[in-house]
Amino acid sequence: MLIQFTNRGIYCPQADVYIDPWKPVSKAIITHAHSDHARIGNSSYLSHTDSESILRYRLGEISLQTLPYNETVVMNGVRISLHPAGHVIGSAQVRLEYQGEVWVISGDYKVKKDGLTIPFEPLKCQHFVTESTFGLPIYNFPESDELKIRLNDWVKENAERGLNSVIIGYALGKAQRILNALETDLPILLHSTIYNTNAALGFDNSRYIKFTQEFKKEQLNPGVVVATGTAVGSPWLKRFEPYRLAFCSGWMQLRGARRRRNADKGFVMSDHADWKGLNEAVEATGAENVYVTHGYKSVFAAWLRERYKINAVEVETLFEGEGVENESPEPEAPQQ
Amino acid sequence: MKAFTELYSQLDQSTKTNDKVSAMVTYFTHTHAADAFWAFALLTGRRPKRPVRTSDLKLWATELAQVPYWLFEESYSVVGDLAETISLLIPLQESNTHKSLTEVMNEIIAIQLKPDEEKKQWLFNFWNNFSREELFVFNKLITGSFRVGVSQQLVFKALSKTYDVDERVVAHKLMGDISSQNLDLKELLLGETASFDASKPYPFYLAYQLDIPFSELDDIQYWQIELKYDGIRGQIIVRNNQVHVWSRGEELMTDKFIEFDILKSLLPNGTVLDGEILPFKDNRILSFNEMQKRIGRKNISKKTLADVPLCMMCYDLLEHNGEDIRQMPLYERRKLLETVINSADTSVLKLSPVLDCYSWEMLDVLRNESKTLGCEGLMLKHKESIYETGRRRGKWWKWKVDPYTVDAVLIYAQAGHGRRANLYTDYTFAIWDKGELVPFTKAYSGLTDKELVEVDAWIKKNTIEKFGPVRSVKAELVFEIAFEGINASPRHKSGIALRFPRIARWRKDKNKEEINTKEDLLQLLNSVS
Repeated sequence: MLIQFTNRGIYCPQADVYIDPWKPVSKAIITHAHSDHARIGNSSYLSHTDSESILRYRLGEISLQTLPYNETVVMNGVRISLHPAGHVIGSAQVRLEYQGEVWVISGDYKVKKDGLTIPFEPLKCQHFVTESTFGLPIYNFPESDELKIRLNDWVKENAERGLNSVIIGYALGKAQRILNALETDLPILLHSTIYNTNAALGFDNSRYIKFTQEFKKEQLNPGVVVATGTAVGSPWLKRFEPYRLAFCSGWMQLRGARRRRNADKGFVMSDHADWKGLNEAVEATGAENVYVTHGYKSVFAAWLRERYKINAVEVETLFEGEGVENESPEPEAPQQ
Repeated sequence: MKAFTELYSQLDQSTKTNDKVSAMVTYFTHTHAADAFWAFALLTGRRPKRPVRTSDLKLWATELAQVPYWLFEESYSVVGDLAETISLLIPLQESNTHKSLTEVMNEIIAIQLKPDEEKKQWLFNFWNNFSREELFVFNKLITGSFRVGVSQQLVFKALSKTYDVDERVVAHKLMGDISSQNLDLKELLLGETASFDASKPYPFYLAYQLDIPFSELDDIQYWQIELKYDGIRGQIIVRNNQVHVWSRGEELMTDKFIEFDILKSLLPNGTVLDGEILPFKDNRILSFNEMQKRIGRKNISKKTLADVPLCMMCYDLLEHNGEDIRQMPLYERRKLLETVINSADTSVLKLSPVLDCYSWEMLDVLRNESKTLGCEGLMLKHKESIYETGRRRGKWWKWKVDPYTVDAVLIYAQAGHGRRANLYTDYTFAIWDKGELVPFTKAYSGLTDKELVEVDAWIKKNTIEKFGPVRSVKAELVFEIAFEGINASPRHKSGIALRFPRIARWRKDKNKEEINTKEDLLQLLNSVS
């Protein structure tokens, strides 16, 4: 087998390379910069070109080689290329081919277009490694346009009542989608983590206020605050009162998840594939062997076996999928 | 149905009381009488019988959603709410219905007796023509309990604002059994009081747990001190030569408490007593358990009546000679109450004694002694207090004895429902018994949302085995369990049953070797019984 699932991560012995390893190794291919996939301590890294600055911002000094989509490198006879995963900017599926055996390790992905990231590219293969974060038929996410209308209506409604709108989402991925969707003349203030992440991504910050200790309430009056999950329940949020709080996450599809967090509003927005997306992705690969990682592994694998009569198995990994408030664990500070 | 769905979503999504009240006011103002009545009835927990069996509902939903039954069950266990699960699985469509809430409710009532095939077609017709939000609310109407995070008191408040009627009047007029359909709320609330049903109770005045220092209270001489009884709070109403007994849960329980029937000849018409219904024999209060067993019986035998006789420990008089006296100060009501009880002269009515107490120090002693009398603490009622409606701070306080506590280790967990769906929040705890861990109680509430998430993550990482929805976990996390009482119970494996167990706190400082033993609990059991 070209690929093995080891306790350090997904491993290709022939090329002696790991994909998103969770323990330090000599050669690591990183599908994307979220902290459960891109960890510190590897001797050398390979990632997509667009992940470079954010990886350096998050992981500090690393030895990093980058590759554009659809370009092939050869490691000890194994042809390796990166392809759009549609998850966040710079996210990639890893395709490995050796003596006619083709594997695709998709990392985290979504099939729906978000208007920011290069859309997911279906790849033919014999072996497909898929996530299953939202691998239940109850997860069916709305289109970006619909979301955009709901989000802006909510902000407008709050502003009319003199309330700030506080929106919570990941610094990498979600925050940029939220900012992209906002259509408002109101002042928009960003949590510094988001401001810095934007800067690392080359995302235009000129329109936004960066939060500093000099912040005065009157700067909003009312306005929009985009923050990461760390802000929830913290004294930091108090200064924006009166406000209404919204979370943006796929988990917001469930009423319980929303109510548990005392959210005023939950927007169903995810960078992971929903049920339909997962099914489409698996079908498009034509793979006979599917390895289901993080999420509703056993259910999704059982469904694939029953519905498509393919050989689907669950695989233990340390990937964590989507947390409601944050990528968990928290993004590490840059190493000096 | 659209307007009601909108109201439901607003109530469901808001966490602010004022927003909820204003959403209800807007609804009541703009909707017509029949819908307003149904909305009121549904929001206060009154609803028609389930028209469709749950098993049929599941089967038909899987058919329409085209998912295998096992996948439906998997989804349901994650969502934790049947109505919501179905609304998420059925293919999404545009809203395509103009039925009013009343029309929908009438259909729900009418379909109850129809054959299954007709029910199925009726359901599919709704399921195929509703938006996701409407689907969810509709499913709520035909499944389990219809709750949406507003209390009855809050609904009363909204109605009071809508029609500009005093909240207490609203509460009184809408208390109890409002079974007549298509009632006009506006007419009822603005109309005369005289047309009242003779069985109608007054809204109960409830006390908060004392949580402020004595220094912020008036001098102790202004307070009437009574024991806090552990029974069923109730009202006995004598009007038109009839007796009605209401529980605090607004249940008419006259049939369960037949010993009060004689009061129709002992008390004058137009008398309403407030008190605690207690099992009482040979001058002492029996355990609450005994009464509960009696209430559970369909027929009350002579033997039961003799074994577990009930009485009301009376502490207030709300109506005297047909006159509502709730606005009188407590000390005057008390005088009248004493006269009424004394002249009735019956063993089923007892006067809740007023305790002599001259200092706050003494009060603390009395509170601790209350346990030995089968009580759970003290009541502090300001002598000038009028009889309010609902739970209010200031003039009435309860000061409960500290609960018993036991340290125990978490061994099983199950996902919660509703607000806690998809989160492991229902726990089973164990204590040591001769070197083995034995499960002895379940406990739910008591952790903060943050702790819940933390424990949930720990459970997912430390699962040993899964049996259906239940997981056994590594015995490691120690919690302090608080409870109000302990009884021997042959039905439980451990032989004991706790009353009102809940998690007091997470003892991160303790490990499983340091928790309590079954021996400790048996000792406690012996000391209290």
